[in-house]
Amino acid sequence: MTISADHTASGHTERPVDADPVAEAVRKFGISVEDYMLPARHQIQMVDPDGRLKPEDEQGTEPGHEYPLPGDDELMVAYEQLVVGRRVNDQNSALVRQGRMAVYPSSHGQEACQVAAALCLSGGDWMFPTYRDAVAVMARGVDPVEAMTIFRGDWHSGFDPLKHKVGIQCTPLTTQLLHAVGVAHAAKLRGEDTVVLAMCGDGATSEGDFHEALNFAAVFHLPVIFFVQNNKYAISVPLAHQSVAPSLAHKAVGYGMAGERVDGNDVVALLAVLDRAVKLAREGSGPLLVEANTYRMQAHTNADDDTRYRENSEVAEWRAKDPISRMKTYLTDRGLLDGQVEARILEKAEAVATQLRDGLSEDVPVDPQGLFRHVFAKPTPQLKEQSAMLADELARDAASEEAEK
Amino acid sequence: MSPTVTTSSEANGNVSAATARAAASAAATAEATGPQSITMAKALNTAMADAMHADASVLVFGEDVGLLGGVFRITDGLTKTFGEQRCFDTPLAESGIVGMAVGMAMNGMRPVVEMQFDAFAYPAFQQIVSHVAKMHNRTRGAVTLPMVIRVPYGGGIGGVEHHCDSSESYYAHTAGLKVFTPATVADAYRMLREAIDSDDPVMFMEPKKLYWSKDLVDLDELRAQHSANGEAGTSSEGRAAVARPGTDATLIAYGPSVPTALAAAAAAAEEGRSLEVIDVRTLVPFDDETVAASVNKTGRAVVIAEAHGFASVSSEIVARVQERCFHYLAAPIRRVTGFDVPYPAPKLEHYYLPGVDRILDAVDDLQWED
Repeated sequence: MTISADHTASGHTERPVDADPVAEAVRKFGISVEDYMLPARHQIQMVDPDGRLKPEDEQGTEPGHEYPLPGDDELMVAYEQLVVGRRVNDQNSALVRQGRMAVYPSSHGQEACQVAAALCLSGGDWMFPTYRDAVAVMARGVDPVEAMTIFRGDWHSGFDPLKHKVGIQCTPLTTQLLHAVGVAHAAKLRGEDTVVLAMCGDGATSEGDFHEALNFAAVFHLPVIFFVQNNKYAISVPLAHQSVAPSLAHKAVGYGMAGERVDGNDVVALLAVLDRAVKLAREGSGPLLVEANTYRMQAHTNADDDTRYRENSEVAEWRAKDPISRMKTYLTDRGLLDGQVEARILEKAEAVATQLRDGLSEDVPVDPQGLFRHVFAKPTPQLKEQSAMLADELARDAASEEAEK
Repeated sequence: MSPTVTTSSEANGNVSAATARAAASAAATAEATGPQSITMAKALNTAMADAMHADASVLVFGEDVGLLGGVFRITDGLTKTFGEQRCFDTPLAESGIVGMAVGMAMNGMRPVVEMQFDAFAYPAFQQIVSHVAKMHNRTRGAVTLPMVIRVPYGGGIGGVEHHCDSSESYYAHTAGLKVFTPATVADAYRMLREAIDSDDPVMFMEPKKLYWSKDLVDLDELRAQHSANGEAGTSSEGRAAVARPGTDATLIAYGPSVPTALAAAAAAAEEGRSLEVIDVRTLVPFDDETVAASVNKTGRAVVIAEAHGFASVSSEIVARVQERCFHYLAAPIRRVTGFDVPYPAPKLEHYYLPGVDRILDAVDDLQWED
């Protein structure tokens, strides 16, 4: 079926034949629709905080909620990205302290979510990140310095969303989930098998656009994965003040989609759950909601004082669940990681950090005329006038500076 | 099989080839007309249908726009003609409608969305102001958002509360949005086609009290004009129209106030006063030249708008005219606008709306020597 300029025929176009994993699960496991849509009773966790692979019957899986272990190659790529991501987070925080960047919302502690979000997607897929998802944006292939432009202060966004299939990072909460829905809808109408990963945090689930995006995606049966990083705080407000639902993943069933919760510090489980979600969405099963339980180890941004709203003991508790150390233990025990490989990975992370330091320490000259250049595709006469006025001011400033010499 | 749209996915805003290719077929598929009396509603409906014929990436969606054809029937028949993938109902959620349109426009489509009523658009305000208006700027021009947000606005229809707001100033105040508002049947067709073709997002403000106003128009001629616009550069964007020539004073109006201004000018003519009426047509961009040329010629001006006067498009027009025409003015510029009160209940709206008498009173106040 093709929609084209000359397709003006009957009012009722054929509906695409969508996969029905619910019916499949109901048939295969004899479970109810609700049992498929509701998250499994416990979060999915494959590698425990000590770095040990859990026995299959302790991973939290249930009939209809079964996840194969990701392959070794994927895990090694993920580990490398975790280490790079941690280095990026720490480098950027340092750059803020040095005054090289205005602000940086660190995802230190959430690197497993960041890495899994990028790795579960194919080249043609789209990602819609939040402002805290710079590591995911970089892992998706955006130049690190371009990814940091929003925090550098010379332009609002540094990368081309169309080139990278990554939505711009910006600060209104949850609005990007609807853009993700629109991108998916357009792709579906064209018959493309694009999957869109739409990211948000726990605070964002209280916003109206969260509800509207999930509902639209479900009603239009779109291949969108809503990936909620529940890091327990919206600036200072704890999860208990955002929602009293059993979990954020439970919200899915209200929209008619399946939800799952996963240990957000276990990259193995994250990849298993997200890979399957992408596969199902690509096969036409519609949207899915994945909640990752993680923790923001640092303050919201450098402007925030997290000692005012949380205890050090809580932070320490989560430090013990660190996503990187547990992967290091797991991969070392598996014989996949040794000192040599680790050294190579650290070298790579250092190279990215250097790139960030150099790029963000560089004083990029700002172009005052850039103010007017991209307001409209077709500029208005008023903007042309204002642009000429600024040019005149600058010319006179330059002339008087010249005269003073 | 999934349906496909035969337009390039990477062609964000670059659908000119598809448009050109289909322009001929649009003329061929549309019914031949010749001059006929049609309503503004029909002109808007025809504009959308022609745009959908011309370009497969044009989509129409919103609340009740499908089988019902919209509460004002502006989208009547589009689902039947183009299928429910090209014109469809959404869940009842305005932010969702606009936010989804942003994503679709990012991904190669040209969405035309309906907000049903002016005040119903407010839940979408965040999407409009923070994203529709800023996406092009934020991405240094990498992303264009060729989308149209149709807002039936204004009063005069005896509507209940929240159905009669004049919300144009909110949008005109927002950098990055173009704001169009037609006042005639022919302009409704012309300007909606241009809005849909525009690579910039357009807030398309439809004066709902003029939906059923009729005029004699030749749709074929309008279509031909539209096809020629690109080359001739004769689009309406940024061009005010002289709706009635005159010499003694200028009435500056837009959208729903244009017919009122014309009626006032006709009444004034009977008293021997020649009033020129300017129809602003596009609030953003604003046509300073046409407006200033008229006021410089007549030396007197009254700005007319239904919206509250305070901090409004009408205030902006007065400021711009004052800056450009000060030395030509024989009298201070006057405004006739809605009062600064919430839009009144139906039985009171005629006290609120700028009418012919109030306009003529303002004209009388322009310090005439006689």
